[in-house]
Amino acid sequence: MTITLGHFLSLGAVLFALSIVGIFMNRRNLIVLLMAIELMLLAVNTNFVAFSHYLNDMNGQIFVFFILTVAAAESAIGLAILVLLFRNKSSISVDELNTLKG
Amino acid sequence: MSQTLSSTALLAVPLAPLAGALLAGVLGTRFGGNRIGRRTTHSLAILGVLISFILSAMTLHSVATEGARFNETVYHWMQVGSLKMEVGFLVDGLTAMMMCVVTFVSLMVHIYTIGYMAEDEGYNRFFAYISLFTFSMLMLVMSNNFLQLFFGWEAVGLVSYLLIGFWFNKPTAIFANMKAFLVNRVGDFGFILGIGLIAAFTGSLNYSEVFAQAPNLVPQTLPGTAWSLVTVICICLFIGAMGKSAQFPLHVWLPDSMEGPTPISALIHAATMVTAGIFMVSRMSGLFELSDTALNLVLVVGAITALFMGFLGIIQNDIKRVVAYSTLSQLGYMTVALGASAYSVALFHLMTHAFFKALLFLGAGSVIMGMHHNQDIRWMGGVRKYMPITWITSLLGSLALIGTPLFSGFYSKDSIIEAVAESHLPAAGFASFAVLAGVFVTAFYSFRMYFLVFHGAERYDQNPDIHHADHGHGHHGSHAPHESPWVVTLPLVLLAIPSVVIGYLTVEPLLFGDFLADAIRVNGETHHAMHGLEEAFHGPWAMALHALTSLPFALACAGVATAWYMYLVNPALPRAIGASLRPVVVILENKYYLDWFNENVLARGARALGTAFWQGGDRRAIDGFVVNGSWKTVAALAGWVRRAQSGYLYHYALVMALGLFALLTVSLWHGPLALMLRASMAWFPFFWN
Repeated sequence: MTITLGHFLSLGAVLFALSIVGIFMNRRNLIVLLMAIELMLLAVNTNFVAFSHYLNDMNGQIFVFFILTVAAAESAIGLAILVLLFRNKSSISVDELNTLKG
Repeated sequence: MSQTLSSTALLAVPLAPLAGALLAGVLGTRFGGNRIGRRTTHSLAILGVLISFILSAMTLHSVATEGARFNETVYHWMQVGSLKMEVGFLVDGLTAMMMCVVTFVSLMVHIYTIGYMAEDEGYNRFFAYISLFTFSMLMLVMSNNFLQLFFGWEAVGLVSYLLIGFWFNKPTAIFANMKAFLVNRVGDFGFILGIGLIAAFTGSLNYSEVFAQAPNLVPQTLPGTAWSLVTVICICLFIGAMGKSAQFPLHVWLPDSMEGPTPISALIHAATMVTAGIFMVSRMSGLFELSDTALNLVLVVGAITALFMGFLGIIQNDIKRVVAYSTLSQLGYMTVALGASAYSVALFHLMTHAFFKALLFLGAGSVIMGMHHNQDIRWMGGVRKYMPITWITSLLGSLALIGTPLFSGFYSKDSIIEAVAESHLPAAGFASFAVLAGVFVTAFYSFRMYFLVFHGAERYDQNPDIHHADHGHGHHGSHAPHESPWVVTLPLVLLAIPSVVIGYLTVEPLLFGDFLADAIRVNGETHHAMHGLEEAFHGPWAMALHALTSLPFALACAGVATAWYMYLVNPALPRAIGASLRPVVVILENKYYLDWFNENVLARGARALGTAFWQGGDRRAIDGFVVNGSWKTVAALAGWVRRAQSGYLYHYALVMALGLFALLTVSLWHGPLALMLRASMAWFPFFWN
């Protein structure tokens, strides 16, 4: 059995779906939410690399580096916000962060 | 005809009383800090009216002898489209006559007021009002356009309102002035509709332009109906005249207006303002002549007023109310003359009536003063011994009123009766009967009052209400009556002179000369009244002699004799007749139930309608449904929608993801994006298969 593009895309889709479920099902921990977002970006990266390989176009792989950099920066900011949030609310439980409620 | 009048002099005629009114009203009252005293106030007011009277008399002289005329605009106010709004004067015989009548009676009333209002706190205010009235009335009669006519019309109505409620602490006076105001609004509504129609269909408010276009209106109908336009205009204008000149059924305010001080009853509610309707219809003769329907209506309304208001005068016991009903009846006579196309006769009666009715009112006021403010004629009697001047002048006024030959009222009233008899309109038969019967009624109630007040036993110390009749001028007790001071008796004498002689002197030029010829337009082919009068007229002396053998004179004599028998010879008789005719007396005492009808049907109906609109329309439909309903709907909707706002980040993210999914699905399968994608991806079979 050869590994085709479909397999890679399916892996990406599975990863993406897992991360979405991770965002929606997660009720307790904000860190898990950040990790789910990272996973979502990884799913996208997988797609990029797969397409890049099969289309023989290196641009896709260059994009992956950009995405990884931005993701790292985003995680740093997210964690910093998280630390401040914990200092203020003494909690990082998602269920308690409902101040947007109208 | 070429001689013109100076516009400066004409402007001074209305402006002099206005200046007097402003000075008296601003400086003489608390407005300006009571800067001038009573003597200065009345001097200024009288000076204003005196200037006005002298200038009016000079105007009348040049109009009558040199044929001077004036018809110019003196001030351009504004222009709306092609409709010009201006202040201007039209002076011809009609205007000159009205100016003199108004200023002369006003001058007499000003002088009289010095005596009559001497004890009143509102002395200066009263002078301000009557001078303002003189200004308004002059603006009305001198106008050369409908706008200024309407201004004067409303201004005299305003002053009438203020003066009826002059004693504003009296609840009855406040009720009366509100009633006068409201009833006049009904009439004015018709009047302004008429003016609006004229402005809409002739495009002008100027008299001469409108009359020049009047024949073009005849074939037209009111748009959307089959009604003749001229008839609608005339009826609308006549409704205005009915309100102002107190014609049935809009007469109800005039008897109540007697709550005001007597001088204004004489000036406004007898001599001048109430005749504004008669004046207006005469001015509009060029329009009324074009509509026989309107003339018939005028005849019927006038005839009803002339006869039935006279009946009411018979049972009144308040001296002023008797004279008030007499005024109503005489206004009815004038209206009948208008309906018979005898406009000059109506104006003739207007003039003579102004003199003798002002005289009767001022005489009544003098009696009221002499009787220490008792107005009930049942508690007078024998006054002639104490008040000789008032007695003689009132007798002359009464004789003029009932149409005694050679007196002024005879010439005008007899001419009306003749004119109606000559008229060929369908309503003329009824009107003719009404005015003839009215002669008897007039003579009866006039001399009933005269005998009860001036003759018979002295009853002034038997009045059980003497303490209530007192207007708070200290306690007079029941002293003997006394003659009034000279400022009161002088106007009586000065009014008595024209009341006696003016008819004899002016009947020929006014009715058959060319004095009013260019002001009055009569369609002589179909309306013959004036021709008939002219043929029967052989000079004032012959007219008086001929009248001695005629029916009206016999009726008048019968009226006087009946009054004499019933109230002097056999005073028990009226009570016996009243007891046997109880139902009639009840109807008369309730004034044909018109007040009852107005209060219970019209006023209550309007209130019920208003309440229905308020509760149903305003509170339920607008406040309840539209205003509160919309916020309640939004609140309910928002309350339902806000449940989606959980505040949890993952809910928002889920909705975003779902939305994106739905959007992509739709655009992928249907939208233009899908076509582009398919076209660009067509080379890549895996994507689709």
